[in-house]
Amino acid sequence: MLIFGVLDILPGNAAEVMLGESATPEAVRALSSKLGLDRPAPLRYASWLQGLLVGELGQSVAYDTPIAELIVERLAVTLPLALLAMLLTTLIALAAGVYAAARHNRVGDVGVMLASQLGIAIPNFWFAILLILVFSVQLGWFSAGGFAGWTLDSGGGLWQGLHSLLLPAIALALVQAAILARITRSAVLDVLGEDFVRTARAKGLSQRAVLWRHVLRNAAVPVLTVMGLQFANLLTGTIVIENVFALPGLGRLVFQAIANRDLGVVQNIVMLLAALVIAINFVVDVLAVAIDPRLKLAGA
Amino acid sequence: MSTAPGFIARMWHHRSFVLGAALVALLAASALLSLAWTPYPAREIDIPNKLLPPGAAHWLGTDSLGRDIVSLLLVGARASIAVGVIAVGIGITFGVALGLLAAARRGWVEEAVMRLADFTFAFPALLTAIMLTAIYGPGLLTSIVAIGIFNIPVFARITRGAANSIWAREFVLAARACGKGAARITFEHVLPNIASLLIVQATIQFAIAILAEAALSYLGLGTQPPTPSWGRMLNEAQTLLFQAPQLAIWPGLAIALSVLGLNLMGDGLRDLLDPRLARQR
Amino acid sequence: MACATCSTRAWRGNADIGMTATLLLDVRDLRVRLETARGPADALRGVSFSLRRGETLGLIGESGCGKSMTALALLGLLPQGARISGSIRFAGQELVGLDEAAMSPLRGNRIAMVFQEPMTALNPLHTVGAQVAEPLRVHQAKSRAAARAEALRLLDRVRLPQAAQRLDAYPHQLSGGQRQRVGLAMALACAPDLLVADEPTTALDVTIQGEILDLIAELVRESGMALLLISHDLGVMARSVSRLLVMYGGTIVESGPTPAVFSRLAHPYTRGLFGARPRLGAARGTRLATIPGRVPELTDLPAGCGFAQRCAWAVDACRAAPPPLVAVVAALSPVDSGTEHAARCLRLAELGAPTA
Repeated sequence: MLIFGVLDILPGNAAEVMLGESATPEAVRALSSKLGLDRPAPLRYASWLQGLLVGELGQSVAYDTPIAELIVERLAVTLPLALLAMLLTTLIALAAGVYAAARHNRVGDVGVMLASQLGIAIPNFWFAILLILVFSVQLGWFSAGGFAGWTLDSGGGLWQGLHSLLLPAIALALVQAAILARITRSAVLDVLGEDFVRTARAKGLSQRAVLWRHVLRNAAVPVLTVMGLQFANLLTGTIVIENVFALPGLGRLVFQAIANRDLGVVQNIVMLLAALVIAINFVVDVLAVAIDPRLKLAGA
Repeated sequence: MSTAPGFIARMWHHRSFVLGAALVALLAASALLSLAWTPYPAREIDIPNKLLPPGAAHWLGTDSLGRDIVSLLLVGARASIAVGVIAVGIGITFGVALGLLAAARRGWVEEAVMRLADFTFAFPALLTAIMLTAIYGPGLLTSIVAIGIFNIPVFARITRGAANSIWAREFVLAARACGKGAARITFEHVLPNIASLLIVQATIQFAIAILAEAALSYLGLGTQPPTPSWGRMLNEAQTLLFQAPQLAIWPGLAIALSVLGLNLMGDGLRDLLDPRLARQR
Repeated sequence: MACATCSTRAWRGNADIGMTATLLLDVRDLRVRLETARGPADALRGVSFSLRRGETLGLIGESGCGKSMTALALLGLLPQGARISGSIRFAGQELVGLDEAAMSPLRGNRIAMVFQEPMTALNPLHTVGAQVAEPLRVHQAKSRAAARAEALRLLDRVRLPQAAQRLDAYPHQLSGGQRQRVGLAMALACAPDLLVADEPTTALDVTIQGEILDLIAELVRESGMALLLISHDLGVMARSVSRLLVMYGGTIVESGPTPAVFSRLAHPYTRGLFGARPRLGAARGTRLATIPGRVPELTDLPAGCGFAQRCAWAVDACRAAPPPLVAVVAALSPVDSGTEHAARCLRLAELGAPTA
């Protein structure tokens, strides 16, 4: 609702915006009534909500197809991409973070910290281009962009699909992994300094048992929280990365829609993304309470 | 805080800070230099000499329109700095003001400010920046404003949090007992104490702003031709990846080094200005 | 690993008179050096003592004297970068120089430790029952069910109220005293031969302190295990241990049976410690006697007696070299349990009877 409100408040009649500066007053009026913009705001909101529930999100002006269809089609690319990137991020970051904490102040630690500084500084689209340079242009292992599709009849396949998503996922994962690695390292170091770790060692647990049974679980909560926050960044990242690799995903759709002044599409996608972010953070909160019983008292 | 000479001595010893500061100095110097001189006029198109590899005449080569890469990089630095300074400036001016207000007034004012900040956070930043540039037209100014708007809640939140903890301290209580008003306390006590925190955050946000501007330019929504911009240079380079791969390296490197420098400087400042802030081990 | 029960062996010549063959712990010339920001610090400078099976030994001193460091050294839990030399023989086995793989089977199993801060000693994310059962599962490979049953028995033994419900409770749901009982239960799980208690009651309310100390005494009696109790509190020592070691500046300055030490107060530092206690019934306005000066920095210890700077009776010889441990002549009072009472002071004979 907030999003709707904001988009509505923005100065400039939406129809006007859509038609561009050269629109004639008649054309604006015509489009307005077609889009129902001449109805008062609350009514429009209500009918939009109604449509939402039914799965009817209206027509895209630019593509002239139902928006819902468009979104679902693009999600088939964006969602796997985001998940793949998240997976890569998590694997790399957790391993690097724990490794760095275990080798605190020694070479391994310093190395990881340096690498993560670089990772944060490198723009992900530049990294993507470099990846293309090395793996596509020089080595020819991957295509430089485009997406074949998930099904064989569209000229693609499961393996093909994943293949096209691998480089983009790596590019997306870079910055996130760097940040998450630092957080993980920090969290693990915090826990290692706690008294109960000493108690566990005094009970005779081996270093490895202490790490697995005591340290990791206790370090999980802050790490999880950050991962939830990162998801939002990941989603925005897909907008840029999908453009780099010309992937027909949600990010690209948003971008093109904005360029085409296709406001309906934009509105719905922004709504969807925001909802996704909220949902993810909710899941993270639930998980956190499940892991740390003290949080129940604090009031979720 | 230690005396000035002691502080400067510590500064020199902090290796990552020095490195960061050096990189930032390089960035600033490039921009300043470009105002006075560049090897070639950055916008000069010289088609016969297009896509030259690095050589004696053009140190880093030329792009698809024959423009000298070094000159483009130098002038591009201007856009990056402009975005950084103005966007962070906007963020600090409004964000800090809001944060201080929230901490001083508490109650519904604080709630309102924080809700507003949360609300803005909910929108993926880049996305809304894209939207704004789309609605108002692409360009450097629009992207600066868009990025600036997103700095406001960041600073508001940090300011409010830090200010609250200062308000709770005893010397503020003493000041209030003396009858000092909220405004005076804010300016005389709260602000000086959170200044170092804000400076550190400012360098971080500066780095983020540069990255954001680069992304927007890459997408074609930031600086428009013929104004040089590192992000857009990368976009152009991508189309020529097979013919002139080296074009993709320099602008990205420029961005990465600038951001790295700012980050290192920010971390170093954090260690130097207030050891209590240092979270790093 | 040497058999823990058959440690009968002839004692190699030393001055300990009347030692029976069951020497559980024998520490000789233990030295620990730490690397600090200000240079190397000698946390322990030649600590020697021994402990028999079933015996209770107290280690008393102020902060920084090295008592906790001694405890950590016994368990092999010194901080990284600490260098240890000397000998720690536990049931005939040398502990100094043992690597992790050899040390962890002993910890929690034959030697156990209880720590000072019950509020932070337990993992907040694991249930109490799980944490008590952990040493059982690690060292005795008990099944989950068997370990849980044993954990319940242990919690009952340490008199944790409502033990059955508490098995599945989390540490933050328990009070400090209760958490310390849990800590004791964890330490006792595998019936260790030696219990090291590092200031177990310091962080607790005064009313609970007595309960916990009584509990420890009872457990020690019941199981026949040895106890090394560390504290800075004279009262705690008086009621809990039969022999006492007084530490200062990383060395033991006095050692002997508790009643003997208490009554003779041979070493000037011990005298100072006792003198510093507030006394009930003292005349109004009596100033609290304090030991002048401060504990020296470990990085900066003097060449001679560590206490010389603050000692009212110090002479040049005291400052020249660390004084040796000398037997205190049991001339004045018949408190003698057969174990030697010794103190590290050059002027013992001259100082004579204390003015207690």
